[in-house]
Amino acid sequence: MRAEVALGRVGLWFLVLVISIVLAATARDTGFAAHAIIIAIVSFVLMWMSAARFDPMGKARGFFRMPQGASLYDDDPVRWGVLATMFWALVGLLAGVFIASQLAFPQLNFEPYFNFGRVRPLHTSAVIFAFGGNILIASSFYVVQRTCRAQLAFPTLARFVFWGYQLFIVLAASGYLFGVTQSREYAEPEWYVDLWLTIVWVAYLIVFVGTLARRTEPHIYVANWFYLSFIITIAMLHIVNNLAVPVAWNGSLSFSAFAGVQDALTQWWYGHNAVAFFLTVPFLAMMYYFVPKQAERPVYSYRLSIIHFWSLIFLYIWAGPHHLHYTALPDWAQTLGMVFSVILWMPSWGGMINGLMTLNGAWDKVRTDPIIRMMVMALAFYGMATFEGPMLSIKAVNSLSHYTDWTVGHVHSGALGWNGLISFAAVYFLVPRLWKRERMYSLRMINWHFWLATLGIVFYAASMWVAGITQGLMWREYGADGYLVNSFAETVAALHELYIIRALGGVMYLSGAIIMGYNVWMTIAGKLREEAPMGAMPEYDPEKDRPIVRSANPEPAE
Amino acid sequence: MVNKRIDEPTGTETVGHEWDGIEELDTPMPRWWLWTLYLTIVWGIVYVILYPAWPLVDKATEGVLGWSSRGELAKEMSAVDQARVTVREELSRIPIERLPENSGLFAQAVAGGRSAFQVHCSQCHGSGAAGSQTLGYPNLNDDDWLWGGDLKAIEYTLVNGIRSPGVDDTRASVMPPFEGAFEAAQLNALVDHTLSLSGKGSRNALGAQTYEDNCSVCHGLAGEGNRELGAPRLNDAIWLYGSSREQIRQQILNPKMGRMPHWSGRLDPVTIKMLSAYVWSLGGGEEFVEVADDPTVEVDEEP
Repeated sequence: MRAEVALGRVGLWFLVLVISIVLAATARDTGFAAHAIIIAIVSFVLMWMSAARFDPMGKARGFFRMPQGASLYDDDPVRWGVLATMFWALVGLLAGVFIASQLAFPQLNFEPYFNFGRVRPLHTSAVIFAFGGNILIASSFYVVQRTCRAQLAFPTLARFVFWGYQLFIVLAASGYLFGVTQSREYAEPEWYVDLWLTIVWVAYLIVFVGTLARRTEPHIYVANWFYLSFIITIAMLHIVNNLAVPVAWNGSLSFSAFAGVQDALTQWWYGHNAVAFFLTVPFLAMMYYFVPKQAERPVYSYRLSIIHFWSLIFLYIWAGPHHLHYTALPDWAQTLGMVFSVILWMPSWGGMINGLMTLNGAWDKVRTDPIIRMMVMALAFYGMATFEGPMLSIKAVNSLSHYTDWTVGHVHSGALGWNGLISFAAVYFLVPRLWKRERMYSLRMINWHFWLATLGIVFYAASMWVAGITQGLMWREYGADGYLVNSFAETVAALHELYIIRALGGVMYLSGAIIMGYNVWMTIAGKLREEAPMGAMPEYDPEKDRPIVRSANPEPAE
Repeated sequence: MVNKRIDEPTGTETVGHEWDGIEELDTPMPRWWLWTLYLTIVWGIVYVILYPAWPLVDKATEGVLGWSSRGELAKEMSAVDQARVTVREELSRIPIERLPENSGLFAQAVAGGRSAFQVHCSQCHGSGAAGSQTLGYPNLNDDDWLWGGDLKAIEYTLVNGIRSPGVDDTRASVMPPFEGAFEAAQLNALVDHTLSLSGKGSRNALGAQTYEDNCSVCHGLAGEGNRELGAPRLNDAIWLYGSSREQIRQQILNPKMGRMPHWSGRLDPVTIKMLSAYVWSLGGGEEFVEVADDPTVEVDEEP
């Protein structure tokens, strides 16, 4: 019986292999052919593994196994997710430092594969979708099990979600370097990669909702509201924004279903909500679990969490048009985008308040616990970015800031400060628990990471604020006789030093992440650094870290 | 399952649920937070009444203020145009070679020309108009003119372009490629002779003869060039495509010939006039010999 199953599996992968070879041979463009070859290699390896042993994952058993019984959480996808998070963080940040250096020193553009135009989407996708996406999937699998006191609903599907998502990342990233792009901000992958992501994402939704349905807790914890709205809304945004007609089934090129200003609005409806429902909402979910856990304090206000959740998700979806101020977009739509963005200010801050005030009664930990310190800094940057965002959406401000580096600074104070730091904190929380270690290899290294990252962000954001305002003012400068004073090239030349400072900030942030990589590596290896102690970490009781197993024959109610 | 208790450090009651050890306090929403939220909502309501906001069947509400981004742009542009209208009118009337006589108008033209230059010309000639020797874009700051450096000649070049396809009156000439025409020694001698015109190489009979037979028709016996044909001067220190032996050899064998787009139809005549004045003012501008009548001076036709 097992032999037949194994044979069937070999046959399936052989079929995929043959199809991808045919596609590679008949492909209309090299990018598509390269992708077909990647699929062929993957399916060949899987076929070979299936043929070599009955249980293809058995070899990696030590790493990637189902829980031994119903009394343990299914944490292997989480472990893999944390490793992938760490790997993609380093890749994405390195790509960022590289393109920042390209802007300061254009000689670093290596044509055609490593020019700015191709590496820039590699950077954005690597940090948002690979680094961010992996920590979101991993943490959501971790949190939903704990807060539902139940195992993951469909273990095989959960593993498919992880590996399928990695394949999406590899196809997207390699595609950018080959020049395969549909040129949509944060949605550059072409139609076939989009279809693949859709399949993976629906599987993710099934696993998540299935686990919620299996919960033994009577109520759904707030973090799970945020995760669920993230999964559902990203599915909707992804599908609508990527509606396109491929030129051929064996070529990468496709054309958008929308045209002109409708297309632009669809893109920014998606683009802004990628910021909202990918970079804000699910990271708040992480915050709602990891901050109270690390601080060992109750969440500040249940009522605030309800009101700010619903107002946040209701308002955010309308804010996209503020990316198209003073364009062909009709005035009424611009008004809509601006008004909703400004009203969004307080709902965004609701999350910050709930996070920071959770530390009431435990503020001393900011002094002693570097993970808490990281979380507090993340929330502070979240607050700053969500104040700056509504401000930049105001038309009068936007007419100065739009298209300048101010926007770049704004995005990075949010991305490096909020998304980066809260993710790092979550990884520092997760690694000792997932690998059953007493604590991280070194808490002092976390402290180093904290300061390098914080200083890096300050360098980055400050230089980009100055650069952006310089740019905006130079572009609009008129002489006394009524003519524009600066050529575009002159405004670029004026920013050279600021671009160098920005790249330096990036280098500092990357150095922090490298220290983290080493720290995580040593923790997994089971080492503890001998160092002066910093502060007590929250206690971990493995007996409490278990799902509640419902017995097959429930006792009759009394 | 509800298990409310008072949290000690804050003195606040919990909601009574617990997930994996996490509880929630029943703290009321901060008042300043709530009131700021209400305030932004009220502001939003006022704003959508004042400005275009609600999409209806045919068009959106226009807002009480009657503001529109197109209207604002039109207003700002017309204010700028109003301010410039006198200058533009005067510029369109005055013959270009008389422009320097009117120093106020000339200064206006140079300012406008500089602005237009930064937008349309700096891509090739550089934002300081110094050109690029390696890429063959002429320096406009010196007095070495390929096609003439008085105001009229510059304006003609701008209007018609240089070797601009599809333009009948464009400035055009061709230097033939001499690939395969010379023996190696003869070519060497020619390069030497070419360099000697500006005092950099050694004169020699073979080179001089070769030069006279092949080059002097356009470039002149002494290398003085010919503006009629756009043939560059060879007896000065300014080199369009480089002064190394190899660069000169390449230019003889496979000559590079620059192109400039014509700007008529893309820029209006007044802007072209202003650009001409700016380029002329950079340092190498030449006087025009025959000056046209000033049409603003009324001529008394009666004797």
